Amino acid sequence: MHATTNNNLHEMKKTIYSFLSLFTLASVFFACGEGQQGTNGALTSNAAERVYVAPGEHDDYYAFISGGFSGQLSVYGLPSGRLFKVIPVFSQDAEKAWGYNEETKPMLNTSHGFVPWDDSHHPDISQTNGELDGRYVFINGNNTPRIAKIDLSVFETTEIIEIPNSAGNHSSAFVTENTEYVVAGTRFSVPIPQRDMPISEYKGNFKGALTFISVDPEDGGMDIKFQLIMPGFDYDLSHPGRGASHGWFFFTTYNSEEANTLLEVNASQNDKDFIAAVNWKKIEEYVNNGGGTKMPANYAHNVYDEATHSATSTMVKEVLTVNPADVPGAVYLLPTPKSPHGCDVDPSGEYIVGAGKLSADLTVHSFTKMLAAIENQKFDGDAYGIPILSFEDVLAGTVSQPGLGPLHTEFDGQGNAYTTFFISSEVVKWKLGTWEVVDRQPCYYSVGHLMIPGGNSRKPFGKYVVAMNKITKDRYLPTGPEVTQSAQLYDISGEKMELLLDFPTVGEPHYAAGIAADIVKARSKKIYELQNNEHPYGVKSDADVKVERNGNEVHIYMTMIRSHFNPDNIEGVKVGDKVYFHVTNMEQDYDVPHGISVIGANTSELLIMPGQTESFVWEPKQPGVWPFYCTDFCSALHQEMQGYIRVSPAGSNTELKYSLGE
Amino acid sequence: MKTINRVTTKLGLLAVLLWVGACKQGPQTEGNAAQEPQAAAAAAKTAGQAFIEGDVAKPNVLQIAIGSPDHSTLVAAVQAADLENALVNAGPLMVFAPTNEAFAALPEGTVENLLKPENKDALANILKYHVTPGNYSKDFLKKFKKLGQANNQDVLIEVKGDDVYVGGARIVASVPAGNGIVHVIDKVMLPPSE
Repeated sequence: MHATTNNNLHEMKKTIYSFLSLFTLASVFFACGEGQQGTNGALTSNAAERVYVAPGEHDDYYAFISGGFSGQLSVYGLPSGRLFKVIPVFSQDAEKAWGYNEETKPMLNTSHGFVPWDDSHHPDISQTNGELDGRYVFINGNNTPRIAKIDLSVFETTEIIEIPNSAGNHSSAFVTENTEYVVAGTRFSVPIPQRDMPISEYKGNFKGALTFISVDPEDGGMDIKFQLIMPGFDYDLSHPGRGASHGWFFFTTYNSEEANTLLEVNASQNDKDFIAAVNWKKIEEYVNNGGGTKMPANYAHNVYDEATHSATSTMVKEVLTVNPADVPGAVYLLPTPKSPHGCDVDPSGEYIVGAGKLSADLTVHSFTKMLAAIENQKFDGDAYGIPILSFEDVLAGTVSQPGLGPLHTEFDGQGNAYTTFFISSEVVKWKLGTWEVVDRQPCYYSVGHLMIPGGNSRKPFGKYVVAMNKITKDRYLPTGPEVTQSAQLYDISGEKMELLLDFPTVGEPHYAAGIAADIVKARSKKIYELQNNEHPYGVKSDADVKVERNGNEVHIYMTMIRSHFNPDNIEGVKVGDKVYFHVTNMEQDYDVPHGISVIGANTSELLIMPGQTESFVWEPKQPGVWPFYCTDFCSALHQEMQGYIRVSPAGSNTELKYSLGE
Repeated sequence: MKTINRVTTKLGLLAVLLWVGACKQGPQTEGNAAQEPQAAAAAAKTAGQAFIEGDVAKPNVLQIAIGSPDHSTLVAAVQAADLENALVNAGPLMVFAPTNEAFAALPEGTVENLLKPENKDALANILKYHVTPGNYSKDFLKKFKKLGQANNQDVLIEVKGDDVYVGGARIVASVPAGNGIVHVIDKVMLPPSE
């Protein structure tokens, strides 16, 4: 090698620059003189108009974009890309007191204790008859396996259930077509039950749990119905069958080699891994008839109650497990090339698309052919007793070399599929049935998942696709070494995709679900009704305001309304006390939250919606007279909304008293 | 440098043709969702991570190839196949980079033929056969029996003494890159026909 040592790096850069300048020159010279954005050939002159939502107007779609390592779920409007809200899910959020106030701390409880962070990945919207119904969004926490439910009447996380026997809860949180179940597949196989054993004994001993969580059709309550204990592969992504394939669920697997080290080499040895097809209706029937094995477990089930504005955490001690060998005909393996990642089912339910991340092709399986192969008992061996179907028997077609590094496919409901390619950094549109590539558009840069509103349902809204990019480098104003990740909006209503907009995102925009705004916005609550407030420390009128001492605990039953607290003068608190501020927002007007904090509080502010009660604990360390104030600019007299709390030395006899306007 | 000059001329010509072709179609109608494919393709040629300027980061595999006078034929081929942006991705990417000499050893006329626009797919297939999603040192490659290449075919690894052969080509040098590694090889690897 003669070239390219550090010494001639400079020379090399010069060469690069001359190449670059040649290209730049060329584009200046040859541009057609229509004032196109030179760096961005896909932009047409009216792109701005097509994403512009005039002040006061509403967007057509909600996009729920996960935050990846932020642990949260962001709510954007499409086509504008405007950010409306970051819903705290798995991570503490000081802005909203999520995981800081006394009411929501139990939501982050797990079998490992209080866990203030997670990696939120795949949101999915609840469905009725295979169409989005806009009631809930479900999302998985990867790291400490959990599934959360966000209630779209309030856009708040109202339930989190921990998943036992799981690790790296990645193949989640996808719903069946009547939201019978939300499904959570493990990424890591682990000893089940967990135990102290040599890692080298992985093969044959570690297992992968696929968890089916039932969702109550009335109140949405989640409950683990059963866990299917599968071979020790890695389970990557999953999607439900729909239409004819309703009742089945499909999971991509990799590491069918069952390696426990250096997976980048050892999990890439087999030419094919599998898509596991699970007939959950059959297993449901089996467990309803008493099948399965109850196994000791320990997992948290956390529920936020809208009436008490408070969460409870319950430890559950048992889980029902099912061995696939005990339910013949319930699970089959469909060979799929090279460590498939995406596992996507088209709106008809016929095609199951596997994106082998180390394959250059996309593999599409046919549900009809799968049933025929099962019917004919044509198997190509088995894995731990689970029949393997023959690749050729289930293959519907192959999209040949559409790009490099296929990842995820969504559908427009018009017979087209759209797949992202990480390595070649593009979205490729292709036709179901003929498998021909119709169009490709670059992504800036390194696209992961993509989203068509309703793309995981029988009825996609095929107007836009959103591509979510991991890397932006030079796309925005620089902000030091850490720069934003991004989402890009393409119009897909024509034959060719058209890039309209890119916008920065919160955290890693890992995956998204979108829905027509009309389905959701009519149900969105404006206030919590004060008369329905059942918080144990809530007050419904100023007559109920009080301060009580119980040992060294002081409980302040406080109200807030434009523009004062009641009480706003409190005395008789002592150093060493634990002072609970229980604060009720008495407003019954839309969009009048109030906030509160007190000097030196070792926790976040509270941000309290009309009709809601929240609590924080303050442990004063120094005698004095300390202020508290409203932290949300609420009114013309917001700056007058304040109070004092007097702290006396430990052991003093200052009388406990409280007042307003005396 | 003869090859590179010829190739640059060809590329230039190609670009001119594409743009002229695009302009001939006339101005785009407003609100027309269907883009001119040529225009989009030509514009895309100068967009993407490959064209970020002034990067202080460790050079990526493409930049390493561009900077090496021994790889001008390879670079020309990558550009003719529109693969620049695929080589600057986060990857990781392992590129087996045949030297100019290795290209010159191919039968007379092979390279010229592959660089023709109508052979772009065949060229891309050969080039992708030289790319692995991964980042392994020469020594580490001894652990492998085969590698899965970006064109969807496997290539065999052989170890002879201290030497590592990939698809029959010997690794003669290795350069770590910002997004992977470049292994310089002494032969062009031709993908086996299926």
